[in-house]
Amino acid sequence: MAQAVMKKQRGQSSAMGHYVAERLAIAVVTLFLILFILFMLLSLMPGSPFNNEEKLSPDQIAALRAHYGLDKPVLERFFLYVWNMLHGDFGVSYNIQTNMPIARMVGPRIVTTLGIGFAAGVVGAIAGFLLGVLAALKQRSGWDTAATIIAVLGVSLPSFVFALGLSYFVGFKLGWFPILFSASDPIRSAVLPVIALSMFPLASVERYTRSEIVSILDSDFMLLAKSKGLPGGLLITHHVIRNTLISVLTVFVPMLVSLMSGSLVMEKLFSIPGLGSLYITAIQSNDYNVVLAISFIYSVIFILSMLLVDILYVVVDPRIRIAGGSD
Amino acid sequence: MNTSTKELTNEETLFSLASSDHSEADEREYVNYSYVRETLHRFLANRGAAISVVIIAVIVVMAIVCPMVSPYTFSDVNSRQTNLPPRIPGIEAFGIFDGTVGDVDAYTKAGCPDEYHFFGTDNLGRDIWVRVWTGTRISLTIAFVAVIIDVLIGVIYGLISGYFGGKIDILMQRFTEVLSSIPQLVIVTLMIVVMKPGLSNIVIALFITGWIDMSRIVRAQVLKFKNQEFALAARTLGASSWSIIFKEILPNALSQIVVTFMFSIPNAIFLEAFLAFVGLGVPAPIASLGTMINDGYKSAMVYPHMVVAPVLVLAVLMLGFNLFGDGLRDAIDPERA
Repeated sequence: MAQAVMKKQRGQSSAMGHYVAERLAIAVVTLFLILFILFMLLSLMPGSPFNNEEKLSPDQIAALRAHYGLDKPVLERFFLYVWNMLHGDFGVSYNIQTNMPIARMVGPRIVTTLGIGFAAGVVGAIAGFLLGVLAALKQRSGWDTAATIIAVLGVSLPSFVFALGLSYFVGFKLGWFPILFSASDPIRSAVLPVIALSMFPLASVERYTRSEIVSILDSDFMLLAKSKGLPGGLLITHHVIRNTLISVLTVFVPMLVSLMSGSLVMEKLFSIPGLGSLYITAIQSNDYNVVLAISFIYSVIFILSMLLVDILYVVVDPRIRIAGGSD
Repeated sequence: MNTSTKELTNEETLFSLASSDHSEADEREYVNYSYVRETLHRFLANRGAAISVVIIAVIVVMAIVCPMVSPYTFSDVNSRQTNLPPRIPGIEAFGIFDGTVGDVDAYTKAGCPDEYHFFGTDNLGRDIWVRVWTGTRISLTIAFVAVIIDVLIGVIYGLISGYFGGKIDILMQRFTEVLSSIPQLVIVTLMIVVMKPGLSNIVIALFITGWIDMSRIVRAQVLKFKNQEFALAARTLGASSWSIIFKEILPNALSQIVVTFMFSIPNAIFLEAFLAFVGLGVPAPIASLGTMINDGYKSAMVYPHMVVAPVLVLAVLMLGFNLFGDGLRDAIDPERA
């Protein structure tokens, strides 16, 4: 009997491993396809990436193109690019910081961007979760109404509306926090962008938590737990919160991804030296190696988080795990 | 024994048999509530939804009417009347929106004490009131056109993929999977970088990925309905695939399509504003709400009025469409509400 159970568990974990491997393989193939699409799109980009093109003679431009290997056929350049990328070489910047390796430009910026995005996600998720629990447990009270209003505003309004409001009133009028990012005081200068960015995850987590809890409160197992005579506190922590946390987790990760466009705007507004502000500069100055690299990094982040969600679903919800194991 | 029969007779006196004559019921007047009317009723009973209708209607009317009746135009540069604060007749008596900076009347200083710029003027002396409403026009136009194209592509794609299934479905789904695994912001920005900003190019960039969500929802609806009895009946009676798709399945999927449509509009408005913010908005002198915010935020600390007006309109507009979508979804699917 015990052996049979163990065997079944082992079977499940190997099915799980198989599932993860399959998803990873799909992700790698997708990333390759995406890189191909991005590369082709950018090779269609008008104009040349070189500064002060007007001042250069056709010969000089040709020499520059040959120097950077831009005279080769597109496909050859693509495979060379992929090969170099696998060795950690993303090419060099053409005109933001001439000949600077992109891996070195982008490296520290990824940390900044992910840091702010993650902080916003965590702040938003915790605040949203607490607000959602409060709203659901005190349904149709003032708390509930307030939470609903916050949720509607947070979901509907773009983050720059909050950012502009915060930087004018809290940053400029009250002077509590810096309006522009300063490298000497990164924590304090990250406060306003993080709050503005956290409004969307806060609102969505609040909405989701509230509706989850309301449906759990109506469920049969709650009725059973109540009729068993479990005290109220234990009822909430053990049956409601635990069940809600699980499903909130699975909506939370894709939400982090949606912070991407918001973080781009935040970085420009607060002049934060992150991935987004570099992306904007690169777009405006036709530096297409940088555009390509950052577009690709965004895609990687996006696909990895989607993968994480899919796996989380399986790990967290035994019903999916069992259904997945049987086929 | 005796008592029980007695109780029975007692019950007979307490309860009387219903009449078996149905003519009374036939004569009663019945009201026919159509699906649309019922949905509309539920929609308007929702406070948020009712407010959203008013919000959207007011903004659309303002966007159409205001630029036509104002003495100013969105592109008229006036180098003498730059950076004027808002001044509104009537309200100025209360000491707000009276066109003063500190204690100085900026309008008298600029040599135009009789003029009224409701939202002030920008750094080129252009009237912000008119610019905001023409900007609203542009933003709304871009969003509506892009979303309508989304619907057309998405519905057709979803119908074909869901109805025919099999290899076609697998192939079409792989394609959307790859396309949707590139972040929308990356595709949209790259498309504009490649094509150069312009009204039609922004629309193209928006619908090139926008249709995917719609196609997924339509496909799910098709899968739900295509094997139900009414579709089966149509097939048994010899209806062609196209007539089953358009006469049996599409009408049933319509409510979901409309809800998705409503939620896509604020999303498109946001993406357009986002593009403008990245510096890829509609080229000057035309302005959308996004490009106005992008121009205004730089001087937001000195002249907040330049950015407040477009931000407020954009915020209220997006709020309106989101409330509208929420209300519509709840009205169409009452179990969710």
